[in-house]
Amino acid sequence: MEIVFALAIGVMAGSGVWLLLRPRTFQVIIGLSLLAYAVNLFIFGMGRLRVGAVPVIDPLKGSSPDLYTDPVPQALVLTAIVISFATTALFLVVLLASRGLNGTDHVDGQETGKE
Amino acid sequence: MGSWQQHLPILPVVLPLLTGTVLLLISETRHRLRATIALLATFAQLLLALTLLAMTDAQLPAPWHGEIAVYSLGNWAAPFGIVLVADRLAAIMLTLTATLGSAALLYSLARWERAGVHYLPLFQFLLMGLNGAFLTGDLFNLFVFFEVLLAASYGLALHGSGVARVKAGLHYIVVNLAASLLFLVAAALIYGVTGTLNMAELALRVQTLGPDDRTLFDIGAVLLGVVFLVKAGAWPLNFWLPTTYAAASAPVAGVFAILTKVGIYALLRFETLLHATGSPAPFGGEWLFHCGLATIAIGSLGILATQRLERLAGFLVIVSSGTLLAAIGFRGTALTGPALFYLVSSVLGGGAFFMVVEMVQRNRAYAADLLAISFEAFGLQDPASDTEHPDETVGLPIPGAMAFLGLTFVSCALLLTGLPPLSGFVAKFSLLAAAIAEAPGGSSLPSWLFVAALLLSGLAGIISLSRLGMRVFWSGERSTPRLLWVEAGPVAGLIALCAILALAAGPATDYFRATAESLHNPAAYIHAVLPAYAGGAGE
Repeated sequence: MEIVFALAIGVMAGSGVWLLLRPRTFQVIIGLSLLAYAVNLFIFGMGRLRVGAVPVIDPLKGSSPDLYTDPVPQALVLTAIVISFATTALFLVVLLASRGLNGTDHVDGQETGKE
Repeated sequence: MGSWQQHLPILPVVLPLLTGTVLLLISETRHRLRATIALLATFAQLLLALTLLAMTDAQLPAPWHGEIAVYSLGNWAAPFGIVLVADRLAAIMLTLTATLGSAALLYSLARWERAGVHYLPLFQFLLMGLNGAFLTGDLFNLFVFFEVLLAASYGLALHGSGVARVKAGLHYIVVNLAASLLFLVAAALIYGVTGTLNMAELALRVQTLGPDDRTLFDIGAVLLGVVFLVKAGAWPLNFWLPTTYAAASAPVAGVFAILTKVGIYALLRFETLLHATGSPAPFGGEWLFHCGLATIAIGSLGILATQRLERLAGFLVIVSSGTLLAAIGFRGTALTGPALFYLVSSVLGGGAFFMVVEMVQRNRAYAADLLAISFEAFGLQDPASDTEHPDETVGLPIPGAMAFLGLTFVSCALLLTGLPPLSGFVAKFSLLAAAIAEAPGGSSLPSWLFVAALLLSGLAGIISLSRLGMRVFWSGERSTPRLLWVEAGPVAGLIALCAILALAAGPATDYFRATAESLHNPAAYIHAVLPAYAGGAGE
């Protein structure tokens, strides 16, 4: 499971960085979203991967920490998801404004190079 | 002591949050009511910050023991709950934020507030993010407050809209979103290794890490340092800064003068807390020092190359960041006190300068505005137009506008380049004196590098400011701009504060030195946050 998890983070982070460096605003926003997914998975992984363990203490199960998974990274992931979702939405607005004002989806607001 | 005083450390966060929310509910057409609420709230924040400043200095009786106030949210004790910590440094930064915020808010009421919607709520949320970032004692909470202030700053940077702002804002947002993701990776890595996010407990836990975990922690710390350096505008992570600051409307750019100092504050906080554990690379030491010198060099080149006053102001901000980074990275701790003095002086001067620049450029903008309007009407694109000013203004114009502008411009120039008689000189002089005093201790090369960088960057500033100043004031073809009291007042106030800071240089220096001493004694901070750990944690 660790290998699959690490590969998922690596592929998403790699694709995210690649797209982030592209000149089109749409590629940049997809890159940022992919990076955010990778980071969220990474935070989740920092609580150590466990199968079938819950983060909230259950009175029937007892209070031994062995029975539970770390709740803090899960709380952090929730916060991170909300924040990256909100900032992505905000970026989308700026992207559309830039497209409307400049008539191009280049990140610099004007085409560079041959065309 | 009254029970409300116990809750003093949380109020700088709660007050702007509530004010911003209330302002959102009031219709945009009720200018006077909204302006009054926003102004009252900002002045109240200034009062709160001053109270905290007096309490952490034991000038006022405080409801807590010692100089450091710890506020446990929800009354959950420190490593389990989130704490706010108000010490001297936090109090200084809060006061600075509220001072600059009040000035910028007053200034913006004359015209900028009407250039778009939701200016006042966003402004309050920006103050909330700043105050929270300075107060929090929790790493993840720091991230959240960074996001609050950044989200508000995205809105404010775009305030007034226009091609230049959207273009600069786009870059600004991408850079900061990427930096925020790095912050998350760093926070997660540090939590995964140490099992805590509380900054005081972190300082303790790092000492007990094994070599493998220590490597992972150092990687996390490096990422964290990169994030702070992006915020601080350190070379090579600062290419977004001059464009964004030049494009933002004047009062917004004025407040942004303190945004870079959040990065400096965070670096300083982590550097001093982690110092006992052998600070990881980005927090202090050779590395930060050279990074600061490179930032000063690039900033100075930018200052010499620029043709526009707004960009010049942005590069001056970069130079002040570089100076602070080099001072923090300098060997020993003697430079921290002078660096704090410099920080306060450069933020006040820089904030005032952005507003002066806008007032100076206003007469030029008259024709440019007409052009912009016709361009807009015919759907053409005008690459030269940078701002569009809302035409209607409220309030009384001041007499002698040109004389006032000249005086404030010169004062800002003196402040930012570090010439006497204002506080910029005192700050730079004490930095230089401390650096030279350190020289005999070991290799004197860093001292001389630092002295040379400071003096040369000051020279570059003088050359560029006098060149652009001559072009603006002596070119003769300009009409006198119309200035209002409400615009001139805050600028004059900021400069007067700098003059007071220079007059009271003795007590101010003592206060900043005491702040530096308490910073370099993190045991007191750790003890205040985690009383239970006090025994083993001392050293």
